[in-house]
Amino acid sequence: MNIRKQFKEGLITNNPVLVQLIGMCATMAITTSLFNGVGMGLSVTVILTCCNVVISAIRKIIPDEIRLAIFVVVIAGFVTIVDLLLQAFIPALSEALGVFIPLIVVNCIIIGRAEAFCQKNTVGASFIDGIAQGLGYTMVLIVMCVIREFFGSGRFGGGLIELSGGFRFTLDGTGTGIQIFDPDYGAGILNRPFGGFLTLGVLIAVMQYFTAKAKKKAELKAAEAKEAEDE
Amino acid sequence: MMMNIVSISLGAILINNFIFSQFLGCCPFLGCSNKVDTAAGMGLAVIFVMGLASAICWVVDTYILVPMGLAFLETLAFILIIAALVQFVEMFLKKMVPTLYSALGIYLPLITTNCAVLGVVLLNVQNNYNFIESVVYGVTGGVGFLLAIVLFASVREKVEFAEYPKCFEGFPICLVSAALLALAFMGFSGMKIF
Repeated sequence: MNIRKQFKEGLITNNPVLVQLIGMCATMAITTSLFNGVGMGLSVTVILTCCNVVISAIRKIIPDEIRLAIFVVVIAGFVTIVDLLLQAFIPALSEALGVFIPLIVVNCIIIGRAEAFCQKNTVGASFIDGIAQGLGYTMVLIVMCVIREFFGSGRFGGGLIELSGGFRFTLDGTGTGIQIFDPDYGAGILNRPFGGFLTLGVLIAVMQYFTAKAKKKAELKAAEAKEAEDE
Repeated sequence: MMMNIVSISLGAILINNFIFSQFLGCCPFLGCSNKVDTAAGMGLAVIFVMGLASAICWVVDTYILVPMGLAFLETLAFILIIAALVQFVEMFLKKMVPTLYSALGIYLPLITTNCAVLGVVLLNVQNNYNFIESVVYGVTGGVGFLLAIVLFASVREKVEFAEYPKCFEGFPICLVSAALLALAFMGFSGMKIF
């Protein structure tokens, strides 16, 4: 397996949210500040990578009939570990994401990758796949957070960046972010559930637009090449 | 007590609707809403499983996990209970109530990975609900899900004949119409009962 190809797949051509259309609940629910988005994305990446490694390592001894139950137990184990670690070391994140951390158990991304990839591939390839898919997920979360925060309240990096007293990253979620314009002029509705559905819908539409365009271009190129050959 | 139950029910159905304000259960919500019939079937199956899961998980949590100091295993225990419960309900219905089984059959296995079910049991624990409150929250949360998915399916049946940019085909147009429904449900937010 080609590492570069795997990263390209995870980030763009086979992005879990934009192309595979899985793991949407959390994507829409928690992308209200950059702090939540980055925290959720990295938590999922860590869990996904660990689960991928373990599942691909035991793939040959899992009986086919009960594989889903075994996947769920492995996933739930890692989710519990991450949940407890977050409660202990980054309580602000744990509080902000609330029920969505334990709900990673039923996030289709992880069970989907286990089913589609880890069952057939080596530990190394699954490890890379976990990182690539996780980063693809994180990327989408960050884009959604940036859009919703900017248009919703004219801010960038809420919770994660603090400007007063020098630029620094705040890991306790207290940073006020960079205020770009007055929040009164923002469309506050984007911070509500409505904004989650709308932003994700438009993002996927943009993705589909570019995919269709790239496909057309490739077809045109192939046709031209064929014509040149015929001549 | 009665007031409490009424406020929990109204909260779960309208004000904090599972789909439109908490984003729990979006996958089946988007996946199973092509037609009103299938949507209604899915919604009924969810009510059933959410009510049962709330009851069983509450008992297991209160009488087994908490007394033994195993509260940190809640997530693991709950997902196993839900998976087993769904399997069991499927077998039971197949044997005892075949008509209901054929109506719900295909949707039952999908419910295991419905985050609304795991979500409702986790929220029950978080909110410290007692047994009756848990069951009420589970059932009415399911009713809220049914309401949302049936409304959405009827919107989608109309949207199919609408004209929209080609790149919005499939999921994006669904998400945008769901956004508009969420906007309508926002009217309930901030409503205070008692």
